[in-house]
Amino acid sequence: MRTESKLEKVLAAGHLAVTSECGPPRGSMADKVIEKGKYLHGVVDAVNVTDNQTAMVRMSSFAASVLLKQQGHNPLLQMVTRDRNRLAMQADILGAYALGIDTMLCLSGDHTRFGDHPMAMNVHDIDSVQLIQMVKNMRDEGKFQGGAEIKNPPKMFIGAAANPFADPFELRVLRLAKKIAAGADFIQTQCIFNVDKFEQWMEGVRARGLHKQTYILAGVTPIKSVGAARYMKNKVPGMDVPQEIVDRMAAVPKEKQPEEGIAICIETIERLKKVEGVAGFHIMAIDWEEKVKEIVERAGLLPRPQV
Amino acid sequence: MITAERKPLEELMEYIKPFKRILLVGCNECVTVCAAGGRKEVGLLASGLHMAVLKSGATIEIREHTLERQCDPEYVEELVPMIDGVEAVMSMACGCGVQEIARRFKNKPVFPAVNTKFMGASERQGVWSERCQGCGDCLLGMTGGICPIARCAKQLMNGPCGGSTGGHCEIGDDTDCAWALIWERLKALGQIERYVEITPAKDWRPGGGSGPRKIIREDLAE
Repeated sequence: MRTESKLEKVLAAGHLAVTSECGPPRGSMADKVIEKGKYLHGVVDAVNVTDNQTAMVRMSSFAASVLLKQQGHNPLLQMVTRDRNRLAMQADILGAYALGIDTMLCLSGDHTRFGDHPMAMNVHDIDSVQLIQMVKNMRDEGKFQGGAEIKNPPKMFIGAAANPFADPFELRVLRLAKKIAAGADFIQTQCIFNVDKFEQWMEGVRARGLHKQTYILAGVTPIKSVGAARYMKNKVPGMDVPQEIVDRMAAVPKEKQPEEGIAICIETIERLKKVEGVAGFHIMAIDWEEKVKEIVERAGLLPRPQV
Repeated sequence: MITAERKPLEELMEYIKPFKRILLVGCNECVTVCAAGGRKEVGLLASGLHMAVLKSGATIEIREHTLERQCDPEYVEELVPMIDGVEAVMSMACGCGVQEIARRFKNKPVFPAVNTKFMGASERQGVWSERCQGCGDCLLGMTGGICPIARCAKQLMNGPCGGSTGGHCEIGDDTDCAWALIWERLKALGQIERYVEITPAKDWRPGGGSGPRKIIREDLAE
């Protein structure tokens, strides 16, 4: 074991891990964070706390993670290289660890062009692979990126993202390999709707033995409506929503669509369980946290293991 | 080259409002090549300003001059005989040229007529795009001759983000994904092992992180 992270313990014990996410509010409402968290108690092993997702300003991931920690959750601190330089990121990592946060996800972040501050400068002092490397060196070597020694180094369980659906496809396995070489202990993938393509990617992953060097959590998202399905298919860069999913959502009346979206999500999990190398699931129910329990339960993933 | 684009006439009119006699100075280097501030553009802007000033009911005298290189003190000296006769200078050079005039003529206001954009290349007639950010530690030898610092919207040094689609950047279809280009080049060159190596965090000191930069060539400096 590299860390005290609950997620690491669950994965190391060989259980299928379950994570979900909590997007902090666009305001300083602690109660909103706590309320969202309530739906996830006892349902997941760690709660991802997004960092200015879609480049929209929100309560900081760090602060929301602390609020969730105080409620007994295991926050998974997301950190993007878009908004802060290496000094600010290392400072937050020290602070987060001092407050009991031991799991994080290293990302580059959506471009500011998509958010509510398109006039802002993107920082990108380092990239996501270099962030992984930095956090690993902080943990394993006890060294800051600049080379100085850290007193009481933060022991973070280090996550990274992978998108099997982005281009160039043939580079996607190598990109994963690079993140693992940099120090990614676990991976959370982009939402999987095209299971065939994900399986194809996993074949490449297994061919290189990468599934044995990191834990791969397959990302899934319940779709609320046919409109949401179409939006993700057409508007979100790097998303692959097959036409048959859109058609299936369109075939049921509007009031039944949320139910259909959840059914698709559960079927996807069942299919993914059979894919060798999948170590768990990351359920991204965006502003739909109240449905995570039902999904986890119906997918046969409750109760969560005690480790 | 350094690329530039003419500022809107309205902004330039605001600058020259208080003056009756100005000197409009072009540059025969980069801004000529990118058709922003060479001899031709000096002539066009002078007549444009003339007409706009006349229309507003005022008058102005605009002297025109284009220097061989406005960022070079030797050429800027050419303006000495003209400078006393004018109240202000408007420069059509890049920011380097504007500042050279400000440095040489301490008592003359100088205004930029162009927005200096980036170091780039001509893609085709009338289209220029960014190629270099002057990071001071060139890594093109590792990336197949395509710069991820200047051409990846996130300056990623270790491969494409999850938003790369069909060779395009997530910011829009009119922007190539730099890493898709790099990957194709590395494949064509039989150098895909270059991709596998992790590029460590960059030292930004040569790229401006340690303050304004300077080159001192002992063999040439006087």
